Amino acid sequence: MKQGTARWRMNDKVIRSLLFVCAAISVVAVLLITVMIFVEAFPALKETGVWDFIAGTKWKPTDTPPQFGILPMIVGSVYVTGLALLFGLPIGMATSIFMAEIAPPKVAVVLRRAIEILAGIPSVVYGFFGLMMVVPIVQTLGGTGMSVLTASIILAVMILPTIVSVSEAALRAVPAEYKEGSLALGASHWQTIVRVQVPAAKSGILAATVLGIGRAVGETMAVILVAGNIPVIPESILKAVRTMTVNIVLEMGYVQPGSLHYSALFATGAVLFVFIMLLNFSIRALTKTRGEKQKNAKKH
Amino acid sequence: MKPGRTFAAIISIALVAGLMAGCGGTTPNGSQSETGKITVVGSTSVGPYMDELSKLFMGKNPGISINVEQVGSGQGIAATKDGSADIGMSSRELKDEEKPLNEYKLCLDGIAIVVHPDNPVSNLTKEQVKKIYLGEITNWKDVGGNDAPINLYTREASSGTRGAFEELVLGKDAAGKQITIDETICAAVLNSTGNLGASVGNDKNAIGYMSLGIVPEYIVKAIKFNGVDATPENVKNKTYALQRPFLLLTKNEPTGIVKDFLDFCLSSDEAKAYLESQKLIIE
Repeated sequence: MKQGTARWRMNDKVIRSLLFVCAAISVVAVLLITVMIFVEAFPALKETGVWDFIAGTKWKPTDTPPQFGILPMIVGSVYVTGLALLFGLPIGMATSIFMAEIAPPKVAVVLRRAIEILAGIPSVVYGFFGLMMVVPIVQTLGGTGMSVLTASIILAVMILPTIVSVSEAALRAVPAEYKEGSLALGASHWQTIVRVQVPAAKSGILAATVLGIGRAVGETMAVILVAGNIPVIPESILKAVRTMTVNIVLEMGYVQPGSLHYSALFATGAVLFVFIMLLNFSIRALTKTRGEKQKNAKKH
Repeated sequence: MKPGRTFAAIISIALVAGLMAGCGGTTPNGSQSETGKITVVGSTSVGPYMDELSKLFMGKNPGISINVEQVGSGQGIAATKDGSADIGMSSRELKDEEKPLNEYKLCLDGIAIVVHPDNPVSNLTKEQVKKIYLGEITNWKDVGGNDAPINLYTREASSGTRGAFEELVLGKDAAGKQITIDETICAAVLNSTGNLGASVGNDKNAIGYMSLGIVPEYIVKAIKFNGVDATPENVKNKTYALQRPFLLLTKNEPTGIVKDFLDFCLSSDEAKAYLESQKLIIE
């Protein structure tokens, strides 16, 4: 029996170190990717200047001399993401309230399954659906149908699963006493939802929103098919738009590795990277305040 | 206890197998007959195809390494002349002052101007296409069509097809600088033929351009250019003007592995099948 225990300990050590190696892989990957992006981006940022790169409005990579200004793409990402949130957030919120508070358990299960499927559809399929179904409909409003509006509609559907699942979890995490207390005071179910449940789950819902933004900003394949991809700040939501992710993927295919154009695409990636990092930090800040609040609540 | 052991055993077996597989790759291959290096320099349009052909060739001849550098036709021709490249690549005919070099025609590339199938316009001259893509003609009625705006569709900035289109249709300005498409006046910039084909087929007022061989795969209409139908036959007999040759160049009569590689590219069934799969036209 003693021998067995020793052996177990050996196994334990081996497995522990294996797990450590696996965990280290992701850290190393993050470091390598970060270093690579910034090293590759350096020549273009140096040539153009960081401010001119971010605030420049002309993107003409094949002209002589080339011009690299990504302001239209930064604005494009913000427009498309903002509009997608405007469409997606109310629908997502309503769905999560329905699932957490109103729907009978069986209905909630069916809804949850449907949303899981929505989350599993590859983004290129969303894009193709958009190109074949949504573009012709938006075309009837004017323009070519490839527009800010089309891209936002597709993105709104794509961020639904994130918003619904995170905010539903937040609503369900609200302590039962809150609801019971509210109902006991004579508030109606709807009043309880609006005045008690949703405010109590506020930070979770905020986190869901930020995660949705992250998904929308990072999405590429679906957007590239329906946005028109013109590097100009759109004058209306029916005009074409190019986001940062699209800028990279659009031109990476045949660009000469090592060229200034190549570097400028990485520099676009670097700007996007900083953008996403800021988002991540804001999520952490949000969840932190939430945790502290709960701790404080327990103390009292 | 037992499941733990099994788990550990599986992991160790997997690791050992992985190590062994890694070692397998370094085993020297004794069957090779030739060794050496070939440097191929030139056109960014021909480069991707030569890169693929060189991989096919290296797969069969492990001792040979081929380096394909894509720097543009002009530089490829210069490098072939001064001997720093074994093989040059050009996506245009040589100018008189660039001759003499040994020229080998790899294939022809044709570009079709495409519109929506319902568009009544069936012919455009080079001048009309140029004015349309420069934003000087913006309504279909000015070229014999409906009273509707012209929506320009283009490929992305680094596309070889776009480079060829700009070279063949837009040409150079007074200062000798290549005129490029202004993306900000376009309806859409798309990064694949498939995407462009689908989008032009969706938009009644669209105009676009794509490799001629691939047109039948989309619901679009290839219109006549200067009155000539866009067909592979008309590319071969030179009546269709939107075309260019893909040339391979050598300074001297090729010998040894350079000759073997050229023969492979120009006359092997494998190379022909690959080029045809890429919708290029072989004479």
